[in-house]
Amino acid sequence: MDPILPLLVLLPAAGAGILALAPRARDPLRFAGIVSLLPLGLALGLFFAFEGRSAEPQFGFSVPWFRMGGVDVRFALALDGISLLLVGLTALLGPVFFFAALGPVAERRREFAIWGLLMETGMLGVFAAADLVLFYVAWEISLIPLYFVIGIWGGPGRGRATTKFVLYTVAGSLLLLLALLAVLLEGRSSDLFELARTPRLLPASIETLAFLGFALGFAVKVPLLPFHTWLPEAHVEAPTSGSVVLAGVLLKMGTYGLLRFCLPIFPRASADLAPLLLALGAGGAVYGALLAWAQRDLKKLVAYSSISHLGLVAMGLFAREPSAVSGAVLQMVNHGISTGALFLLVGVLYDRTHRRGLGDFGGVARSMPLFAFLFGLTAFASIGLPGLNGFVGEFLILSGTFSAAPVVAAVGATSVVLSAVYLLGAVRAVLFGPTPDSVAGLPDCTRRETATLLPLAGLMVLLGVCPGPLLDRIRPSVERIVARARAVAQAEPPRLERPR
Amino acid sequence: MTVPTAHVYALGAALFALGVAGFLVRRNLLVVFLSLELMFNGAIVTLLGAARARATAEPSTFALFVIFLAAVEVSVGLALVIALFRLRRSVDSDAAASLRG
Amino acid sequence: MSALLPLLVGLPLAGAIACAALHARVLSRRRTDPEARPGEILVGAIATGAASAAFVLALALFVRLLGLPAADRRIGASLGTWIDAGTLRVPASLLLDPLSSILALVVTGVGALIHLYSIGYMRGDPGFARYFACLNLFLASMLLLVLGANLPLTFVGWEGVGLCSYLLIGFWYGKGWPADAGLKAFVVNRVGDAGFLLGIFLLQKELGALDYASIGAAASTGKIPSATWAAALLFCGAVGKSAQIPLQVWLPDAMAGPTPVSALIHAATMVTAGVYLLARLSALFLAAPGVLLVVGIVGGATAVLAGLGALASRDLKRALACSTVSQLGLMFLGEGAGAFDAGIAHLTTHAFFKALLFLAAGSVIHALGGEQDLAKMGGLRARIPATFLCFCAGAWALSGLPPLAGFFSKDEILGGALHGGHAAILASLGFAASFLTALYSFRLVYLVFSGRENFAGSPHESPGVMLAPMRVLAALSLLGGALAWIPIADARPIAAFLAPVLGGEAAPGGGAEHVLVAALSFAVASVGFLLARRLWRDRGLAGDEGLARTALWRLAAAGGVLDAFYRGAVARGARLLAIACGVFDLFVIDGAVNGVGRAASAAGASLRALQNGKIQSYGIGIAAAAGALLLAGLLLGRG
Repeated sequence: MDPILPLLVLLPAAGAGILALAPRARDPLRFAGIVSLLPLGLALGLFFAFEGRSAEPQFGFSVPWFRMGGVDVRFALALDGISLLLVGLTALLGPVFFFAALGPVAERRREFAIWGLLMETGMLGVFAAADLVLFYVAWEISLIPLYFVIGIWGGPGRGRATTKFVLYTVAGSLLLLLALLAVLLEGRSSDLFELARTPRLLPASIETLAFLGFALGFAVKVPLLPFHTWLPEAHVEAPTSGSVVLAGVLLKMGTYGLLRFCLPIFPRASADLAPLLLALGAGGAVYGALLAWAQRDLKKLVAYSSISHLGLVAMGLFAREPSAVSGAVLQMVNHGISTGALFLLVGVLYDRTHRRGLGDFGGVARSMPLFAFLFGLTAFASIGLPGLNGFVGEFLILSGTFSAAPVVAAVGATSVVLSAVYLLGAVRAVLFGPTPDSVAGLPDCTRRETATLLPLAGLMVLLGVCPGPLLDRIRPSVERIVARARAVAQAEPPRLERPR
Repeated sequence: MTVPTAHVYALGAALFALGVAGFLVRRNLLVVFLSLELMFNGAIVTLLGAARARATAEPSTFALFVIFLAAVEVSVGLALVIALFRLRRSVDSDAAASLRG
Repeated sequence: MSALLPLLVGLPLAGAIACAALHARVLSRRRTDPEARPGEILVGAIATGAASAAFVLALALFVRLLGLPAADRRIGASLGTWIDAGTLRVPASLLLDPLSSILALVVTGVGALIHLYSIGYMRGDPGFARYFACLNLFLASMLLLVLGANLPLTFVGWEGVGLCSYLLIGFWYGKGWPADAGLKAFVVNRVGDAGFLLGIFLLQKELGALDYASIGAAASTGKIPSATWAAALLFCGAVGKSAQIPLQVWLPDAMAGPTPVSALIHAATMVTAGVYLLARLSALFLAAPGVLLVVGIVGGATAVLAGLGALASRDLKRALACSTVSQLGLMFLGEGAGAFDAGIAHLTTHAFFKALLFLAAGSVIHALGGEQDLAKMGGLRARIPATFLCFCAGAWALSGLPPLAGFFSKDEILGGALHGGHAAILASLGFAASFLTALYSFRLVYLVFSGRENFAGSPHESPGVMLAPMRVLAALSLLGGALAWIPIADARPIAAFLAPVLGGEAAPGGGAEHVLVAALSFAVASVGFLLARRLWRDRGLAGDEGLARTALWRLAAAGGVLDAFYRGAVARGARLLAIACGVFDLFVIDGAVNGVGRAASAAGASLRALQNGKIQSYGIGIAAAAGALLLAGLLLGRG
């Protein structure tokens, strides 16, 4: 019994509690930022303490919670390599959330800090949960705070955007809940890792339905191709910090769910429906890239680029090849870092000019060289330039997908070309060319902005040059999931002829 | 002489029906409250009848709960009525129709 | 194993980081003092020093390589594992063999000279340190490309040079069009790179290994079932990077950057990568003869068309850029004919004289205060004699007249084309290109240096720091071919040196056949030279008139057609598709989503009449429902 995970997950909530009880806190946001540094430290410690050669969940913590339908539901937390990385990403973007808000968020800072801390607990819980019900509870906890963050501190169209965002994702959650109950009651277990390992599968009829429930619920969150329209609106209205966490962490909950639930718990259904999801992933990658190119608003452009990149991640997951799945996990982290940084950078511009249109800027590199450097670096990381983090993930995803489905990989690869077109087009429009008078002489990044951006920039280079420590930690877990998916899919291909 | 159980139930049903009728027909909130209390009483009488007939304790327990509940409900409800009166200068229930969809 | 090998990449990288740090310091000083400048001597010394040190290192390693027995001339270095996931394992290992050693020498040697020249050329530019950081990074990327022992590592360098070209072409970002040109270069390259990536994936799928040793071994024993596909896909990457038809459109625009950058892109780094890649994978390409023929034809067609383009150009740098495309086409033509060693030989000599020509052109442009229009030059011979001599040496070497470097290497290519299969197509394209080369080379010489003086102002000779590298390159152009590739009987040093790396049989040198090729090539080039002399020596640009009526000239002018097609049809079409997707997304997909919401509101609106706010009416509902339930229970429960 290792108390470190509950500590890690509940620390932010404890911070929120303290803030709620101390109405006259002098600088609640700074306090929250400092509190959120603690999970980051813990997560770093866990990263290095993690036993990389094992696929077993580690640092387990489990106490009985309640009984339901004859199943013991436990408050159980544990990390395998995959969740380790995502907990790390969440812990990394937590402080960014608060420190990036220090400047722009002027009103109701205490509430902002409380919501942020609660959200962090929810997100950490999602990735650290080892129990179905706990996962769902954390999933919902992470959703509500963002509703308030966008709804209170958002832009002028926030009402509509938040309504759509919440209704859409709650509808997804509902499907998730139904499917989750089916798994819980049919699988006779609430233990995530046990469900993913048990040789007994769900009855075929339930498996497909429950798979669809999970897949739809997660697809809304990712968001996959036809379920994506809530995302750009939410991003456009969200304050910078909200966008960072939304794109950086919350979307990963969807892809994480696809990997954690759909592949290992429903191996047959995921084998049957993999072509569909591959197509949605690759199609979404290209479609999102085209949409990003069509945008004139920087934030929308970055939002659509997220759809494109996460389409590629979903494609990699359902290629069900170890290298593609590893790449997909790595790319979740990479995307969190680089898109988080992109939103921060757009925020830097917006704070100075209150504009976000591509046509509003030009030649900004002249007065903001540091900004230009960071923007360029982040754009290239996002494009997947080798030597920066995005490349390793993309390369693995595409390479693995190619060996499973070459045509799909070729389609996905066009999104890589398009990403250069739209992101470098944005870089060109903002940084280069003549400067309109309205944005002449903007001050360069402040110390605070630099402090939030530089760690992310450093990670882009570090993870691009040596992705090894990350890949080593996820390998056993990924291989176990893929092996299970393949073993079951190969063992019983003709489902209809199966004897009763 | 023992009163037959059916009679007790009939009394309960009559009280309840009276309450329903009052609730539906009257607009004065105080009378509506009285009607509500009548419904409660109907329910209590029925429960006690059942308790006697079956010689078990549960119906009596429920009856006690309902009595408590009714007391609480009245105190909250009357407070609301007073608040409404202060707001609208009326205790007519149609005056409080601002929750119209 | 050698610790020096990583250092070879590391030195320019360290130089780049140091220059970037200096630039960052200047920028932070500029916050208080807008006129702050970097210590140009320091920056120049660091960058040029790093490049020169790398050259010395490459030379030392080359000597060490020569000391090994011919069969195992390989020096490796491993820096652990870069990527390891699933079946894909990419070790970070470098490999120096005869092929990469020649390339490393060219890259660092010519690169170092261009660094030196740039100190003079970029004097006073506010982005001086940024420029040198990019320049050093360019070298480091190119060295990684060349020295990487597997395809993914080469791809890292491959994209790295793409990045550096983007940064340097768009160096003067304040003006819009250099930034656009940089963007165009990167995107066009990316199109080819997508093919490159798919080729890598295909090899990974079929072979499970991506290092050159395994690929070479498997290809030469026929163990790669889809060698044709793999070769074709990888060739896409080479077409993009080496600016061959149909992806040649980016290179002429790439002259938007400072002139030494053009020298670097065209001579030492970047565009030669495609030629290198094909040579590196020669075994794979030899296993795919169909693709090899395509390589030869694409190369030949590019050589001729770009040669025409160079002939029709009225801009000095643009003409040189077209000439590079044309010469690269020749190299591909040689490789397509199976003469990979000839391709590499021409790559090397071309690096010398094309770098020389660009530096000399830079010197001319520098002298004329930024003028690039050929119509506004002429008669400069007396004003800048040193530049004139250097330019002449370059043009002479380029035109393939003996005894300069270009003659020998071009000769090898033409010999290879005649020797290999499909000689009729490839050799005729080769000779046509070679004629055009001589014609346009001397057209440039005459238009710039002889005839009437059409320039404004008083041109001045460039400083010594710019002339010195030009002189060194001129010497290399003069002597390089004679020293290394003079065909003494059968002993052709470069072919023998490269033989263990390159698959296929080297074309035999010497003999009657070779004399015939040499004589033909000499004759063609001489005709070109004499024609150029007649047309342009005295009349300047008016000499174009006779040619301007020919169909060929119109074909040359049509070189822009492809570019216009990309701009007009491909780019605009894709853009329209993107906008159409945007509309579709807004109205169809999001429309459906909003439609669901609206349907829900409408349903609510129609039911709102029930919610009239009167408790009694709710009560009736409750009572009625309770009564109905009761009734139902009574009727059904007993039944």
